[in-house]
Amino acid sequence: MTEEVTRPQSHGIVTPARIGLGRTGASLPTRAVLDFALDHARARDAVHRPLDVGQVEGQLLGLGFSTLRVTSQAADRQAYLARPDLGARLSASSRDGLSSLGVAPDLAIVLADGLSSQALDHAPYVLQDLKALQADHGWHLAPVVIASQARVALGDEIGACLGASMVLVLIGERPGMSSPDSLGAYLTWQPKIGRTNAERNCVSNIRPQGLPPEAAARTLLWLLQEARRQERTGIGLKDLSGLKTIGPFTALP
Amino acid sequence: MRRRSTSDLKTLMARATPLRSGDQLAGVAANSAEESISARMALADQPLTRFLNEPLIPYESDEVTRLILDTHDRAAFAPISAMSVGAFRDWLLSDEVDGAVLKAVAPGVTPEMAAAVSKIMRNQDLILAASKIRVVSQFRSTVGLRGRLSSRLQPNHPTDDPSGILAAMIDGLLLGSGDAVIGVNPASDNLQVLGELVEMMSGIIDRFEIPTQSCVLTHITSSLALIEQGRPVDLVFQSIAGTEAANAAFGVNLDLLAEVRSAALDLGRNPNGGQVMYFETGQGTPLSSAAHHGVDQQTLEARAYGVARAFDPFLVNTVVGFIGPEYLFDGKQIIRAGLEDHFCGKLLGLPMGCDVCYTNHAEADQDDMDVLLTLLATAGVNFVMGVPGSDDIMLNYQSTSFHDALYARRLLDLRPAPEFEAWLARTGLVDGRGHPLVTGGNHPLLQVLS
Repeated sequence: MTEEVTRPQSHGIVTPARIGLGRTGASLPTRAVLDFALDHARARDAVHRPLDVGQVEGQLLGLGFSTLRVTSQAADRQAYLARPDLGARLSASSRDGLSSLGVAPDLAIVLADGLSSQALDHAPYVLQDLKALQADHGWHLAPVVIASQARVALGDEIGACLGASMVLVLIGERPGMSSPDSLGAYLTWQPKIGRTNAERNCVSNIRPQGLPPEAAARTLLWLLQEARRQERTGIGLKDLSGLKTIGPFTALP
Repeated sequence: MRRRSTSDLKTLMARATPLRSGDQLAGVAANSAEESISARMALADQPLTRFLNEPLIPYESDEVTRLILDTHDRAAFAPISAMSVGAFRDWLLSDEVDGAVLKAVAPGVTPEMAAAVSKIMRNQDLILAASKIRVVSQFRSTVGLRGRLSSRLQPNHPTDDPSGILAAMIDGLLLGSGDAVIGVNPASDNLQVLGELVEMMSGIIDRFEIPTQSCVLTHITSSLALIEQGRPVDLVFQSIAGTEAANAAFGVNLDLLAEVRSAALDLGRNPNGGQVMYFETGQGTPLSSAAHHGVDQQTLEARAYGVARAFDPFLVNTVVGFIGPEYLFDGKQIIRAGLEDHFCGKLLGLPMGCDVCYTNHAEADQDDMDVLLTLLATAGVNFVMGVPGSDDIMLNYQSTSFHDALYARRLLDLRPAPEFEAWLARTGLVDGRGHPLVTGGNHPLLQVLS
């Protein structure tokens, strides 16, 4: 028989924490055990579901963007998870393909699977507002690069190969139990291999229940234009924007 | 006849380490299973004195090495000074060696010696040897006594909402959690927010006369600022690591740790003496800041304990699976690391607890955590975490729950810290067997939520 402890939530206090779960003896009631297992299963699936590149391409073409595909040096998901260094470097064929383009754009946009391909479902809603850079401000944008088995730092090599002034990486963040679809945006001025996290700006937790994609796009538009004006990203720009900093031990996707 | 290894000591240590992804990422792991066992055989033959004569990280360039060697107690070391690493393992597991012997030898054991012997120990050796050792620490509660298992109540909230944190605190107290510490990880580093959290937790502890202590797990310089503001800071928290460079990436050094500890001692909030520090560690942190000097991550973790013991901490917590699969890939590696960390910490004389935990991109789940929790409880771990429903909604990882601590206590007949146990009974939260009671909405603890 389940002995229900009084549920603090019934007192009208809101926290998303798993409080007032009740118990049976010393243990969790069945329902709480299975609810937790379901949330973990969803997060696990988000980590392991492969990116449907064709579907993303279709969405971007519909928005009027041209696209490119690249892969990292991580051959599969296991290698990706165990070796972040491989996910941060382009495969040889991808590198050759990008280097031969010779486009030198103002901005390269990268859509990367990161730790949750599901998070890229939100990317078109961010990108449709960024089209204003081209239409209203005359920026030269590179084709949007769709990157598989990719870490944030892969954007540095992509941007360098394209000769881009800036790279914006939209990437699936580490899934939480209640947020398997959180998208992160990382902006880096003059991308090249070896850039540190302190040289980037970050807008995180982009999802309908977190920072809505439209609001994220507004922040990014400000950040992009300010980065171009000041010719820098990272700590200096953070100080002005009030955006949160990336600490030395913050694990990026 | 001892074989003198031709390779340098840090390479031998790394090759001998049971497989983990972080050492592979660093490029220091053995290249085959046979190479790893051969390295363990060679390591077993090394004299313990070699670790005093050949620092893995140079004395001149690393203050952690200097701390370890300058504070090494030759007299305490004497009983084991002629031993090899292999003989040391046999000695640790022998019937003559009990908790009193191990306590006496602890100041003579360096972190590198502890790491070395752990590498040639099986999981059962790590459990049995650690179970001999009890490291008891005291603030308002007494943690680490034989037959006791304490927990840190971890009531985190993604936006530091005080009412949300309070609700999780009350939920945990109702389930017998929080006798090691009520410790919140704040999302903010704003001093006003941090100060209000310190005051809120202190207010609950005072009002209900709970024999426990609070901690806001913020950077040590923020704790110092809170102390200077006159906030009621019980425990000072800091993440630490096993090299000077990794500590620098955390924004700390030995002098700063000493300065802030001194400020906390001046507050005089510990009625039982000078234990005012709460340290957290975890395998892989030095590599994540490129500050590992080619040394394997488990040896560096043991060196972090060398830092911790210089400051007489009340609690030390290895956050074993938090950093991710690039350092500890799966449940097997997390379980092994948790047992190593607990053993090495206890051998060095520290009040070790463990955040039994994992992230969603590691190959691990609650079943793995059940295994590690059960093993650590049998090994005599001082404390584990109590997170509502195991789901930390601020840090986005999974740890042990209030219920998990109840499970371990029930299974192994372990009890909370004695002062806290008496408080639970006095407050009507447990029955005569120490089991949680169904608590009505009119219980005073629940009244604070309305």
